Amino acid sequence: MTAVTSALGSADGGSSNAAAKRFIRRNGWVLTLWALLGAMFVFTKIIQPDYGMAAATILVLAALPYAFATAGQSMAIIAGGIDLSMAAMMTLLSVSAAALMEGQGEEFGIVAVALVLLLGLGVGAVNGLSVVITRVPDIVVTLAFFFIWEGAALMILDSPGGAASTWLKDLIIGSVGADFIPTEISKFLPKALILLVVALGVVWIPLRRSKLGLSMYAIGSDKLAAHRSGVAVSRTKVASYAFAGLFAAMGGLVLTMNTGIGTPVQGPYLMASVAAAVLGGVALTGGRGGLVGPIVAVFILRLARQDLTLMSVDPNVAQVVEGLIMVAVVLVGATVALRGRRS
Amino acid sequence: MTSTTQPLDSAQSRSTMAPLRNLMRDYPVIPLLVLLIALVAALQILQPGIVIGDDGINHRWISNTIKFAVPLAILAGAQTMTMITGGIDLSVGVVATMTAFVMSTQVASGLDPALAIPVALACAALAGLASGIGVAIFRVHPLIMTLAIALVVEGLLLVYQRGMLGVSAQIPEIIAWLGTKKSFGVIPNSLLVFIPVALFIGFTLRRTGFGRNLYAIGDNEHAARLAGVRVWQVLIVLYVISALLAGIGGLVYVGLIKATTLSLAVPLMLPSVAAAVIGGVSIFGGRGGYLGVIVGALILRVVTSMLTVLRIDEGARRVIFGLIILGVVALYVRITQERQG
Amino acid sequence: MRAPLVPPHDTPPAVPRHETLTTPTPPADSPTGELILEATGVVKTYGAVTALRDASLAVRPGEVHALLGANGAGKSTLVKILTGAIHPDAGRILVRGTERQVHSPAEARKNGLISVYQEPALIPDLDVRANLRLTDTPVELFLDWVARLGVDRLGLNDMVGDLPLAILRIMDLARALALEPDVVLLDEMTAALPADLAENVLKTVGEQRESGRSVIFISHRLLEVNALCDRATVLRDGETVGVVDMGPGAEEQIVELMLGPSTDDEQDIHARVAVTTDDLEPAGVPRLSLRNLAAGTKLEDVSFELHAGEVLGLIALEGQGQDELFGILSGARHPSAGTLAIDGEEVSFRHPADAIDKGLVYVPGDRVEALLPQRSVRENIALPYNARLRRWGPIRMGREKGMVDTAIERLQIDTRSAGEVQRLSGGNQQKVTIARWIAGGVDTLLCFDPTRGIDIRTKRQIYHLLRELADAGSAVLLYTSELEEVQLACDRAVVIFGGKVVDTFPAEIADEPTLMRAAYGLSRETAEVGI
Repeated sequence: MTAVTSALGSADGGSSNAAAKRFIRRNGWVLTLWALLGAMFVFTKIIQPDYGMAAATILVLAALPYAFATAGQSMAIIAGGIDLSMAAMMTLLSVSAAALMEGQGEEFGIVAVALVLLLGLGVGAVNGLSVVITRVPDIVVTLAFFFIWEGAALMILDSPGGAASTWLKDLIIGSVGADFIPTEISKFLPKALILLVVALGVVWIPLRRSKLGLSMYAIGSDKLAAHRSGVAVSRTKVASYAFAGLFAAMGGLVLTMNTGIGTPVQGPYLMASVAAAVLGGVALTGGRGGLVGPIVAVFILRLARQDLTLMSVDPNVAQVVEGLIMVAVVLVGATVALRGRRS
Repeated sequence: MTSTTQPLDSAQSRSTMAPLRNLMRDYPVIPLLVLLIALVAALQILQPGIVIGDDGINHRWISNTIKFAVPLAILAGAQTMTMITGGIDLSVGVVATMTAFVMSTQVASGLDPALAIPVALACAALAGLASGIGVAIFRVHPLIMTLAIALVVEGLLLVYQRGMLGVSAQIPEIIAWLGTKKSFGVIPNSLLVFIPVALFIGFTLRRTGFGRNLYAIGDNEHAARLAGVRVWQVLIVLYVISALLAGIGGLVYVGLIKATTLSLAVPLMLPSVAAAVIGGVSIFGGRGGYLGVIVGALILRVVTSMLTVLRIDEGARRVIFGLIILGVVALYVRITQERQG
Repeated sequence: MRAPLVPPHDTPPAVPRHETLTTPTPPADSPTGELILEATGVVKTYGAVTALRDASLAVRPGEVHALLGANGAGKSTLVKILTGAIHPDAGRILVRGTERQVHSPAEARKNGLISVYQEPALIPDLDVRANLRLTDTPVELFLDWVARLGVDRLGLNDMVGDLPLAILRIMDLARALALEPDVVLLDEMTAALPADLAENVLKTVGEQRESGRSVIFISHRLLEVNALCDRATVLRDGETVGVVDMGPGAEEQIVELMLGPSTDDEQDIHARVAVTTDDLEPAGVPRLSLRNLAAGTKLEDVSFELHAGEVLGLIALEGQGQDELFGILSGARHPSAGTLAIDGEEVSFRHPADAIDKGLVYVPGDRVEALLPQRSVRENIALPYNARLRRWGPIRMGREKGMVDTAIERLQIDTRSAGEVQRLSGGNQQKVTIARWIAGGVDTLLCFDPTRGIDIRTKRQIYHLLRELADAGSAVLLYTSELEEVQLACDRAVVIFGGKVVDTFPAEIADEPTLMRAAYGLSRETAEVGI
């Protein structure tokens, strides 16, 4: 046995000790984030003793669109790209939903949701196809689409309007209630949170372990090796952007559900999605990270914002602080990425 | 060193297209001027009389086009310089707005315009410094860094505005004169600002060591470094210059629009990138000059006129602009068969 | 053209005398004359450069077939075409007699050809299991092969990015074999492997014959090739110049084919460029003094001196630490140990600009590293002069033009195809990389393989130039992979092996065999001890 082979661990993964160590190494960052979130909740409770489920529900509601935006952005970044049109896509899809549901009956809501989700896949696929066909770098293509999708949204609704089915709106208001669940427990289950977990889980859990999901990580990690391994690089790229579009559609739907209308103005979700993804452990260079970390990061950032409000900080100042936090996250993320690739 | 390095020669097949390609690469101004003329002709056809009326050339249209092209061209100048290094500056719209806002509120608070203007520009320079540090030292991609800075500046502007609530903005005479008025009935005064700016940009790019270093960094940063260029120094200075140019553009623009809002120059952001891209500046860096960009700005103004004549609304306009950027870059990639980053 | 250096051959020998290796078995039963893989008339050009002009390859079922040729002969290009990474301009690929179009590695795999590249085709951020799933590799079979190849503790949950290169190469090979291809192509398979793993690999490769599988074996190690392979196809200058049946005497045949006939032109080249012989052991403070320099994993402990007025040749096989050494000297990286002194004064660089300030200028061998492809010749040459802060202001155009023109003149750069430097020929491009330092006068010139892949005429011009510079008082350090250059252009040669200096020779005795032995680590001392 040479020095080379001794560099390997034992084949059976060793004792549970080794397995535990591996778990920590792989998930250490996410665990840290959970701990940070927990600490922040404690802090929040301290500065606002009557912070309760109501406030937490507000937090979740505020976080929803950011969460979906971040999920979509993570898809793009993991596969080695980036999607600067994320916020614009959300706007477009939100406006489309509102326009579709205007003047329609309640039942149409389901159709509208399905159509918008499909539209999201399509819009994302257009992004991906453009990247693949023009061979222009992702960052430039999605910058162009930043404007194209924004313009398209304006073409659909030139001012805030449209409508949303009532049951859709109800989907995220309040907590999950049912006769067999006592209120003490059910109040801990804001519908919005359930919706978030289910929507993301339904897509991500099967994707993560599937060949397509692995291919996404592969092309983000080492495009050449992926190509040589027989991965269909172009198709995977398009798929990753399509999934980004799908999550953007969910985010757009949430926006409409929240406000009851569609607003053709881009929200601040672009920078936030990149920052939360980076904070959540998704390497800007691609191939690394998951979805759980970024979502926890979203809550950390939203809770920070909520704390600033609770501390009666001027909202404009709060926005500056938020912006500065995001800049800091991106700076650190970039530095870490640089170090990581060097070693 | 086991890898076979790709030959440096571009993978062109030997065809008669090669000399044409080389011509387009070396002198992009020529096809651009042709395009501009073609577009003006098309505009005349769409709305007879707009360019050439019954009494000859419509001076009003020409001077209006130039007036509106100037601030755009100045912002596009900032983009040109950053794009040559392979970067980009997405904060120009916000920085321009901020500079105009700060200047006009300071003047309204009693500060002499001769002081208010430098103060406002100093704020712009600070924003550029922040971007430059992020790009040069932390190696954040310029697109993300300048986007982030734009966000922070926007927030700071809001805070500043709250502090200035009692003050209504006031635009000093000189700015309005520069922005709106014409001399000899024909020549817009803003050219008095634009020409020195254009000369500065052109001279810097072609005739200074700094300009050469910009091209070097954009073309092959590694080689530049090996030859002794301290890249981080160049980039920091670059982004400060870019922000200053944005500030100047904002001041000219507010003289033109004569209204100070919090999103004044933001609509110029996208077209500034488009003008640079159309003008032949490669988004990958290492190639391009300002002359083409000036023509690019004019082309965009003519296109805007056409869109207005055709009564195309805001949404469609944005789609068209975005498609223009994408199309032109893709076209350049095809024609010149550049290596991808 | 003389052969460039061949990578190290370990002592003790990596190729054991197994039965199956010394007596190559004839190909397994196959329909008469059917080739499992055939390429004919393959042509590939990149603009002005012809990588392949008429390459061919014929592989029988159940044979181990070597593909040989010097660097630049076209091996990698041919391999890329076979595996579908690039498309040929002309030529046919036939699989079992039927012509096929191969456009991607996936398609090549469907045709029964799997390649194991020098860079493992494994995804660093995924674990082993995920990598196997990605390529639909049967896990049990894979693990069997891995064990057979001598690696017995591979965990499926191990992260690929954490594993050493040698293991990754074994895994790549195991994966290829587990997919049961008809032909497996191995590119420098044993290069990164320690002796025992290399032995296993060679044994396993030999055994493939019995299952009717063919192997295309690319290697620089002629001894290995001779022991393992049935036949060898030799490429030179982009064409197939011969197919050799292995056996006694095959090595000489192969070397002769790789070198090609000696032409008159070459006789001329081998006339030594004039040397001022009076100053072989110059007195005084050396220009450069290196003491115990170390960096990275490959550079361990290098000490030598470089004097003004001399051209010092540096000889080393690939990956012996010379990249790191030049990195340190040019200011691009820090040494982890040791000191560097210039004219007696110790220095430490934090940026290439610091090195340049001290008169140390670096000419990279890789033109892609050194040139600004889209800029003009003039801008490329003038690059260092405008680099520093005090030169950021207006350029004195007249003065610059004069400087640049002088340099172009001196180096005889053909700038007919004006405009972007990437349109020039390879030789002219290399001259540009040198010209940028000539214009201002040179104290110490560091050249890293400047003549690789350049035509004879330009090489000669470069040798003359280096000599002129030395005669004018500069110090020149020339790393070269072509051994003959030492006697053509240098005063002395220093040889590095395993990250250390193993020998120093004056040029007179530094002929190719001597240098080759030293480069392999078989220096005079160790040879005497009989290792």
